[in-house]
Amino acid sequence: MILLWLILIPFIGGLLAWQGERVVGRGFPRWIALATMLIALGISVWLWCVGDYSLAAIGGVPQWTIEYQLPWIPRFGISLHLGIDGLSLLLVVLTNLLGVMAVACSWREIDRNVGFFHLNLLWNLGGVVGVFLTLDLFLFFFLWEMMLVPMYFLIALWGHNSPGGKGRIYAATKFFIFTQASGLIMLLSILGLVIVHYQQTGTITFDYMVLLKTVMAPKVEMMLMLGFFIAFAVKTPMVPLHSWLPDAHSQAPTAGSVDLAGILLKTAAYGMLRFALPLFPNASAQFAPVAMSFGVLGVLYGAFLCFSQNDIKRLVAYSSVSHMGFVLIGIYAGTPQALQGVVVQMLAHGLSAGALFILCGEIYERIHTRELSKMGGLWARFPYLPPIALFFTIAALGMPGLGNFVGEFLILLGSWPISPLITILASSGLVFGAVYALILVQRAFHGAPAEGAPPLKDLGKRELGMMAVLMLLLLGLGLYPQLVLDTSAASMHQVHSIYSAAQALNGVAP
Amino acid sequence: MMLTDIQFAAMSPLLLVSATIVVVMLAIACKRHHQGNATLSVIGLNLALIACGAMIYVAQPAMTVTPLLVVDGYALFYMALILVATLATATLSHAYLEGFKGEKEEMYLLLCLSALGGLTLACAQHFASLFIGLELLSIPLYAMIAYPVKSRRPLEGGLKYLVLSAVASAFLLFGIALIYSQVGSLSFADVGGYFAAGGSRIGMLGGALLLIGLGFKLSLVPFHLWTPDVYEGAPAPVASYLATASKTAVFAVLMRYFVEAGGYYQASLVQVLSWLAFASIVVGNLLAVRQNNVKRMLAYSSIAHFGYCMVALIAGGPLAVEAVGAYLLTYVVTSLGAFGVVTLSSSPMGERDADVIYDYRGLFWRRPYLASILTAMLLSLAGIPLTAGFIGKFYVITTGVDAHLWWLLGAVVVGSAIGLYYYLRLMISLFLLDPSKHRFSAPLDWAQRTGGIMTLLAMLLMLALGIFPQPFIHLLQVSTLIPAG
Repeated sequence: MILLWLILIPFIGGLLAWQGERVVGRGFPRWIALATMLIALGISVWLWCVGDYSLAAIGGVPQWTIEYQLPWIPRFGISLHLGIDGLSLLLVVLTNLLGVMAVACSWREIDRNVGFFHLNLLWNLGGVVGVFLTLDLFLFFFLWEMMLVPMYFLIALWGHNSPGGKGRIYAATKFFIFTQASGLIMLLSILGLVIVHYQQTGTITFDYMVLLKTVMAPKVEMMLMLGFFIAFAVKTPMVPLHSWLPDAHSQAPTAGSVDLAGILLKTAAYGMLRFALPLFPNASAQFAPVAMSFGVLGVLYGAFLCFSQNDIKRLVAYSSVSHMGFVLIGIYAGTPQALQGVVVQMLAHGLSAGALFILCGEIYERIHTRELSKMGGLWARFPYLPPIALFFTIAALGMPGLGNFVGEFLILLGSWPISPLITILASSGLVFGAVYALILVQRAFHGAPAEGAPPLKDLGKRELGMMAVLMLLLLGLGLYPQLVLDTSAASMHQVHSIYSAAQALNGVAP
Repeated sequence: MMLTDIQFAAMSPLLLVSATIVVVMLAIACKRHHQGNATLSVIGLNLALIACGAMIYVAQPAMTVTPLLVVDGYALFYMALILVATLATATLSHAYLEGFKGEKEEMYLLLCLSALGGLTLACAQHFASLFIGLELLSIPLYAMIAYPVKSRRPLEGGLKYLVLSAVASAFLLFGIALIYSQVGSLSFADVGGYFAAGGSRIGMLGGALLLIGLGFKLSLVPFHLWTPDVYEGAPAPVASYLATASKTAVFAVLMRYFVEAGGYYQASLVQVLSWLAFASIVVGNLLAVRQNNVKRMLAYSSIAHFGYCMVALIAGGPLAVEAVGAYLLTYVVTSLGAFGVVTLSSSPMGERDADVIYDYRGLFWRRPYLASILTAMLLSLAGIPLTAGFIGKFYVITTGVDAHLWWLLGAVVVGSAIGLYYYLRLMISLFLLDPSKHRFSAPLDWAQRTGGIMTLLAMLLMLALGIFPQPFIHLLQVSTLIPAG
């Protein structure tokens, strides 16, 4: 039941915020939203503290720390089936944490239709939490598509029309159509899987635990796996399908970008770990070299495109493409180290990219441009913001001691036995990462400020507080990742054991 | 032939609507009174709806009333659906016609007549009743479309519908004649037996002509050319009737023809039909993209939606009847809501309806709930989860996957993506900044009027269908058809 509340609390909070604006006043939705997200964060951290997330799978059946099931549409064997294990828990905590940050960072930025904004933000967060918790494929698809609508509104209504860009409505529509169309392909695959299962057993069900045991002909399995993979690859985003991401990021409001980079991209990686790999292990193992090549392509291509960006948010967006390439490599390498690295990388990227987008928002609020060519010399104009930005860019380039390093290192370590070539190519991405991160810092902050430029208002207490929390967490993740690794170990071991059996069948040395 | 009491009871929806027609006609002859006549027809339609509901509730066994009509669960479900759509149209017309300068009362008479045709189609198990029903459905529509007879566009729309509908009827009649020449009987059961036994080329030709006739009414591509002009020209409530009740009735009889009269045995015609569905989805969606007129856009989108629905019909199999029912149910509720908002914004009737996208710009900041309803309806038309449209689309895709119709499913996916583009375009304009000058605004108390209440109900029903569909699925399972033979 507590799991259902985790999903419902943001939905209820959103409705309250929306209606509260009319009844109480303009500032009210912000407080309600903050309180909602803090409660949700509190519950998820509490679950982390009290739960035992080291339950090993019994006979190949995953064990859930908390499970909840309620019939919903018995006609098709659909139920509200929720479950939490270490992987879900970590991502739920991340979602709620970044949710708090997203509410806090839009405190001053959003001044139109505050209630409706928070309705969309909270519904989106609620949908994402649902995606991380659901164990029913219908419900998964339901929430997967449903969370797009609020995100669409966030970008289309509160976004920016950057000069030279195609506009926020264009970006929002592109985002929506890309994800919805790919989602429908996933729906075809889900239904295909359900019908294959029906033909074998005579029962219609969308339950993950039951479908996990479906046996399929290799060709069918490959087709169905590709359907899932396309949906996740669009959202990750994998390189040939990534073109919605920079547009959406550069036009989205800060909270939207934090949400998109920090959380929504993780739903795709989560989907691969939870659904694509365990449901279709053999096809995934066969497909792994292709997926990993696309991952490397993403790492390098994203890093290259970062160089040529003038818009600071587009630069960070392309760096996300690069970082999520690592995640793709790690998932399909499938060794325990790589999978654990994926978890750390997801968390670290969520924190660092979220922080960078918040900083971009802060800069934009002060100098009203996101173009690097119009910045320069900011170091002289703020005391606090540039060093903080330097911290997060260094985190993003993978400096040891910070979370991203742990994630990337584990991924590369774990991929080496599977494919040395891909590992070598991917690690060159770290070098490129260093180059674009430094270019970002150099162009934005160094140099002489323009003649007669006034000093700018520095970060306030709210902003410094947010940054301090994110910095501490990133540092903690870098110095003592064991806490996270222990939590996710059992779930990752489960994925690994299913996947490695398939890899062995396909002749890949684990 | 004497009819028993039970048969009379089974026919009660048809009889009640017929009685309503006579009463309303007499009432108009005695005294013209807009409110009074509208109330009379709404009461009559409600009684018929209650009769349907009661028979569904007590699970009335199938009852053959004369060789022409059968009242089974399937017929009852579609009769109820048609009556709901008719009632919605009647309530919408009331607010809308307040602004009409001419005689207002005949609209209700025509509406009830047309509904009677729809009810006949839902019960038809004989080609004679099919034809009577279809004509009874269409002929009042000519007058309804051209109701503001002094305006150019409605008149043009009405004439266009008249001519093309007559052509379609001619095809249909010729097709029926050819089938009769082979079978020697007009009842669905006999024709079904004939096609099951192999049929003949002339019989097949008859089937093809029949499909052309019905394809016109459903505006499948390439028989869709009338649709946008007629929707644009027709008064907004009539357009909502055209999109919902009229198409549902035709689809209901088409489905019954396929299941009971052996349509599925004509494999090459099913093949042709799948091309028509494919073309409808692609062409309907592509043409909708370029529209700036909301009514034309909804017209093209209805072409596409009947393409989706056709996918479920083509798939056949055990789930097809249920899937078609689910799709039509969700589509009717959603379209009523969407057209309801258009009608409420255009009420009372003026020189033109509020049908340009620009008229809706910033509606959310003027009438937040009305705009929320339209937003939800557009999302439902796009098939996004939490709304009814998703359940319909889910059914269609399930039947399609079950029947391995991969290229049609590909069209559904691509069509949905294109559809999303134009639904979003209209949706986002509701939230954009309010232009200082706007010509259309629903009256502030729209929610207290009957039309407004109806639209709110459609919204609630739509959400209920989307969030908790199990009771509706149960209803659909009761109202399925058993294939002949």
